[in-house]
Amino acid sequence: MIKKIICINCPLGCEMEVLKDDGIIKVSGNTCKKGEDYAIAEIMDPKRIVTTTAKVIGGDREVVPVKTDKEISKSFMFDVVAEVNRHIFSAPLYVGQVLIENIFDTGVNVIATDFINRK
Amino acid sequence: MIRDVVVIGGGPAGLAAAIEAKKNGAEDVLIIERDKRLGGILQQCIHNGFGLHIFKEQLTGPEYANRFIDEVKNYKIDYMLDTMVIKIDKDRNIIALTPNDGIINIKSKAIVLTMGCRERTRGALNIPGNRPSGIFTAGAAQRFINMEGYMVGKKVVVLGSGDIGLIMARRMTLEGAEVKMVLELMPYSTGLKRNIAQCLHDFDIPLYFNHTVVRIHGRKRLEGVTIAEVDSERKPIKETERFVECDTLLLSVGLIPENELTREANIPIDNITSGPIVDESMQTMVEGIFACGNVVHVHDLVDYVTFESRIAGRSAAKFVKGQLSFNDKSFKTKGTYGIRYVVPHRIDPLNVDDSVNFFMRVDNVYKNVYLTVKNNGQIITKVRKAIVTPGEMESVVVKRSILEKLNKGDIEFTLEEIKND
Repeated sequence: MIKKIICINCPLGCEMEVLKDDGIIKVSGNTCKKGEDYAIAEIMDPKRIVTTTAKVIGGDREVVPVKTDKEISKSFMFDVVAEVNRHIFSAPLYVGQVLIENIFDTGVNVIATDFINRK
Repeated sequence: MIRDVVVIGGGPAGLAAAIEAKKNGAEDVLIIERDKRLGGILQQCIHNGFGLHIFKEQLTGPEYANRFIDEVKNYKIDYMLDTMVIKIDKDRNIIALTPNDGIINIKSKAIVLTMGCRERTRGALNIPGNRPSGIFTAGAAQRFINMEGYMVGKKVVVLGSGDIGLIMARRMTLEGAEVKMVLELMPYSTGLKRNIAQCLHDFDIPLYFNHTVVRIHGRKRLEGVTIAEVDSERKPIKETERFVECDTLLLSVGLIPENELTREANIPIDNITSGPIVDESMQTMVEGIFACGNVVHVHDLVDYVTFESRIAGRSAAKFVKGQLSFNDKSFKTKGTYGIRYVVPHRIDPLNVDDSVNFFMRVDNVYKNVYLTVKNNGQIITKVRKAIVTPGEMESVVVKRSILEKLNKGDIEFTLEEIKND
């Protein structure tokens, strides 16, 4: 299997090709080690910080921005947003406050990234 | 009332400038912000990736802003919210509109302009058609979705590959919309590579270069757009026109520094950046009025805004204390061969602390070049670049010790091809 990946580590944006065959991974097109590491991670288990908003009641805003406090497998991206959308939180909220603990048993929490005051 | 330093705008530039002014001995610092909160546009940039240079970690926009808001509060820096400055003059008088006191006059010893920038709108593009709902600048849609809690549409076309458009393509996809495509007039992206990878590739959203929207369809709500490929002169090719059904068009076609106040005060503006002409201290050509951040030139990383704003804040404090020297030993900077503009525009080496970080943008994609700094035909500094693109700001640092040795002529910035040995 060959996959093309653009490296995101620096403005160079190297276009890399990753070859995966029987557990052996070969990266080409990268110009540094960081690129190789990123390409391997992208093939093995790509991870992202997911950011979205959650509904708030009684606050000076209708929604609070949130994020996963650690990277979570890319395959969970839509599930995280859907899960967050099922919740409603009450103001006040503070930056860094854990809103959903250990989402999908991944060890990752969803936290608030802005403060919301009471209306 | 008379203030030491008045900062106009409470976004990242204003916050950093105010803090730095206070840290450097300006007693009475005031931030004037027209929004209900401090933080500026960072409040709606809920995505990750801010602060890598300043904090060595990846923060979201509100988190980045809050670090500075906390510091503003710790330093007991005054701020007025819901307050809009409507006029400034060369003598640093400020007229502002407040919710409770009506129109107020403020006199200041130094002003820092940090009004940021504004998105180009449909009006600036002259796309023909009716005016149905469903056409937004990407930033307006971002504010609706991320701060007000409204979803703006279901089937989306994004015009322009600017960073905000790319980020909104991802955001709307995650919230269940179908983002059909991103169109880019130029043959290259105007956004950061990492945003193309993580906002488009992650979700298989196609990006078409050399494409634009030529017609808007729908009367009440947008029903679709006609798109077309463009030729080398960026004129649409009739035969390539096709209809794309959508209820939402997001425009991410560039940002323009917001300089109404600056122009009215007759502060000279650079035609290329659309921002004020500034020197090494981020002082405009009007004494005691400084500027920093996107009001000077559009940055792609907020970290660079912070670096620049710290210089402006520090210089404003020096000015108030009478420590900013005037000896008119000024050099102009100039971009040639591929460099569209250079900020700062003027350098007085005697006011430089340690070094100057020159920021610039190139006019096209170039591979394997030297970014060369010259004076009087002599090379001062050169940096090797594997690739430069208009979407990513370049910078070069020149030490004070080098600048001190210059005696006449402009400081020229050019791109030079690297010849193979």
